Amino acid sequence: MNWLIDFFSNPTNWSGPGGIPARLLEHLEFSVVALLLAAAVAIPLGLWVGHTGRGSFVVVVSANAARALPTLGILVLVVLLVGVGSTWPVLIPLVLLAVPPILVNTYEGVRGVDPDLRDAAYGMGLRGPQVLFKVLVPVALPLILLGLRLAAIQVVATATVAAYVGLGGLGRFIMDGLATKNYTITIGGAFLVVALALAAQAGFTLLSRVAVSPGVRRVR
Amino acid sequence: MITFEGVTKRYDDGTVAVDDLSLEAPTGAITVFVGPSGCGKTTSLRMINRMIDATGGRILLDGQDVRQIDPPTLRRGIGYVIQQAGLFPHRKIVDNVATVPYLLGWDKKRARARAMELLERVGLDAGLARRYPFQLSGGQQQRVGVARALAADPPVLLMDEPFSAVDPVVRTSLQDELLRLQSDLQKTIVFVTHDIDEAIKLGDTVAVMRVGGRLAQMAGPATLLTEPADDFVREFLGRDRGIRRLSFIPAKDVRLAAVPADLALDASGRPLGWRTTGGLLPYGTFNPERDSLRAALDAALLAVNGTAVAVDEDGRVIGVATREALDEVLGQYAARHTSPAPRDPRPEEAHRTSAAAAPGSAPEVPAEASGPDGHAPPDPGPGNHTDGEGPRG
Amino acid sequence: MGDEPLVRWDWIWRNWDTGRPDSILALLESHVVMAFLPVLFGLMLAVPLGLACARWRWLYQPTVSVMNVVYSLPSIAIFIVMLAITGLGQATVIVPLTFYSLAILIPAVVDGLTSIPDHVRKSAVAMGFTPLRRLVGVELPLAVPVVLAGLRVATVSSISLVSVGALIGQGGLGYLFIDGWQRQFTTPIVVGIVATVLLAVIADGLLVLAQRLLTPWRRA
Ligand SMILES: Nc1ncnc2c1ncn2[C@@H]1O[C@H](COP(=O)(O)OP(=O)(O)OP(=O)(O)O)[C@@H](O)[C@H]1O
Ligand SMILES: [Mg+2]
Repeated sequence: MNWLIDFFSNPTNWSGPGGIPARLLEHLEFSVVALLLAAAVAIPLGLWVGHTGRGSFVVVVSANAARALPTLGILVLVVLLVGVGSTWPVLIPLVLLAVPPILVNTYEGVRGVDPDLRDAAYGMGLRGPQVLFKVLVPVALPLILLGLRLAAIQVVATATVAAYVGLGGLGRFIMDGLATKNYTITIGGAFLVVALALAAQAGFTLLSRVAVSPGVRRVR
Repeated sequence: MITFEGVTKRYDDGTVAVDDLSLEAPTGAITVFVGPSGCGKTTSLRMINRMIDATGGRILLDGQDVRQIDPPTLRRGIGYVIQQAGLFPHRKIVDNVATVPYLLGWDKKRARARAMELLERVGLDAGLARRYPFQLSGGQQQRVGVARALAADPPVLLMDEPFSAVDPVVRTSLQDELLRLQSDLQKTIVFVTHDIDEAIKLGDTVAVMRVGGRLAQMAGPATLLTEPADDFVREFLGRDRGIRRLSFIPAKDVRLAAVPADLALDASGRPLGWRTTGGLLPYGTFNPERDSLRAALDAALLAVNGTAVAVDEDGRVIGVATREALDEVLGQYAARHTSPAPRDPRPEEAHRTSAAAAPGSAPEVPAEASGPDGHAPPDPGPGNHTDGEGPRG
Repeated sequence: MGDEPLVRWDWIWRNWDTGRPDSILALLESHVVMAFLPVLFGLMLAVPLGLACARWRWLYQPTVSVMNVVYSLPSIAIFIVMLAITGLGQATVIVPLTFYSLAILIPAVVDGLTSIPDHVRKSAVAMGFTPLRRLVGVELPLAVPVVLAGLRVATVSSISLVSVGALIGQGGLGYLFIDGWQRQFTTPIVVGIVATVLLAVIADGLLVLAQRLLTPWRRA
């Protein structure tokens, strides 16, 4: 506790390019961009595979293998190959991290929709895309949002490794504290990361309250 | 009119589900496909709205080959009801019902008004419209399914075992409801079931299918009961064919006698019981305008003296039918169907009635069943409690 | 980098098994230990905790909330905090990863136990099963598929997370990332990534096999 108070009451931690607001913003930037990129790839792919059933085996197997990709390893490899000039090297491992949970949950969500429901939808004369967007997506939405939420938490927590290769974000506090054995800074940085992850979690919970139909959100 | 011309369906794995099926489902009538599990009923039905495409032959909808119509367009003009209702869980009931009108581009207000009207039509409270499907019982969901299929007023309705997931009491009331709706709407309905009693109750025409997707017999229900084409159909129809046929004979031809002195009536002319020295004894009623001969016989069998009490719509006694009077009608009827003359079942079936005509199901319906169905007058008269007693006096 | 190849095979042969703790084989071995023990411990803890949550439903929400917080902790930060408690050793990595596994496995156990169809539970009661016999004979076996699905995710995540421990000197194959970064040499990094993914794929395959053997009634 004392460490946290030390960290947050120290004015030098609040200003300049290395201050809390700047680092928080950097961290948020990596995370949001990585999540958006991952969603842009994983959601359409998951919808398509779940709807058509084509390539589902390949997708599930490779998504599971992709979960095993070590973020730190990918990060150092990308930076070694392309150099540090910009933030985008850190986006690659984060996108790779975020794709599997979004993809798998989207796919499972769509695939898990009651076949009778699809049947009724086609039987009433909905066309393929209408079935997907008017029926399958709304019904699968809780799972799609769950995938996004899990991905967001992992991305926020893992974006800390960017600091290892000299990039910014809240990981800087953690790494710098480690390097200088000043653990006050490490713990303060970790605290901020957790707060951000929990905020993301709360955001998605709120989003699902608003976006998911009460008819689908029914309690078990 | 829906016409099957030598229709065959062979699935990719080689299963022949429907084999050279030719039949006609007339406009404005209910045609029932019935048969044992796996005989190709669902497959036949789904070929009509092209949920499945036939591999041989043609299906014509009012003369036009369905293969020439783009499937979604075709389907929007055909109501479709399936066993589990298949309601959209994320939409309120009213929007579920308005699905096809929305698809057809109706404006929201008109589509919703139409949906509300239909909900009322199928006997659902307007208050349910704002609920989600999971908040409804199975029977209610099934009614919504029917309302949804009717929403854009399609001339054709396809129903695949729509009532088989609900309990027998609810099923009976859904069947009655469908018959009532149909008498107003006169849709061309193709109805699939594996329950022969349901087929006989609902069908204007019943197509009995055998495994392998072949038509075993197609006839009106009364003809089916008296003249099954072969052993398969006979066995499938089950026992009591003669008794069940009584449901198709109207009771209005029964000669009524004047109200005898020993029938006790209340002030408004409703029956109280048969007067004897031992007090009032049980009686049974039927409504000659609506009920079948089966209901009249049932009413007679409930009474200690074998006399059925005829009542009007309000339950007031209009006369009695003695055993002799009932026997006369039975005699005419037996004579009629031994002679080859009346092959066409239609005239006698036109008078098909609702609750009481349910073959085999009437005795299971508890006494709360509302209609004037012979043995359960709505107000509990003194004679009412003695149903189970043996004949005395 | 210039014309340096991505992978220098001769380096792999030379460092495959030198007998030293930084040989590839030795790193693989410590990686396996640090990845699997947490899953094992996690499972041992998750079953009783999950049972408790399924039995007393009010426990579930608080437990899940705590686990969500745990899940959003950045791993490096906890490793550093652990360093202060356990000192440098494999436990520094194993303890936090056990908590990550728990965060995945408890919901899986609870879901598995509560996903049993009501009629199955009722018929078990009707047949005269005592609560304990019912648990062991009916509910646990039927929960196996869901728990195994959670176990697959926990195992793969654990394998991938171990490498972050390299930042504090205990990371199994993760050491190869640090080594490669410091020497600006891609071969060890690629070896580390490939070995980690292979390890995960093999472990996942074994779990799928276990799923087949343990739940023969589910084979379609
Ligand atoms: N997609 C399919 N692929 C292969 N065979 C099928 C397929 N769908 C149905 N069949 C087979 O075709 C036959 C007829 O099936 P159909 O569903 O039409 O039967 P049904 O009369 O509706 O039976 P039920 O009363 O059980 O619903 C069955 O033998 C069935 O196994
Ligand atoms: Mg069927």
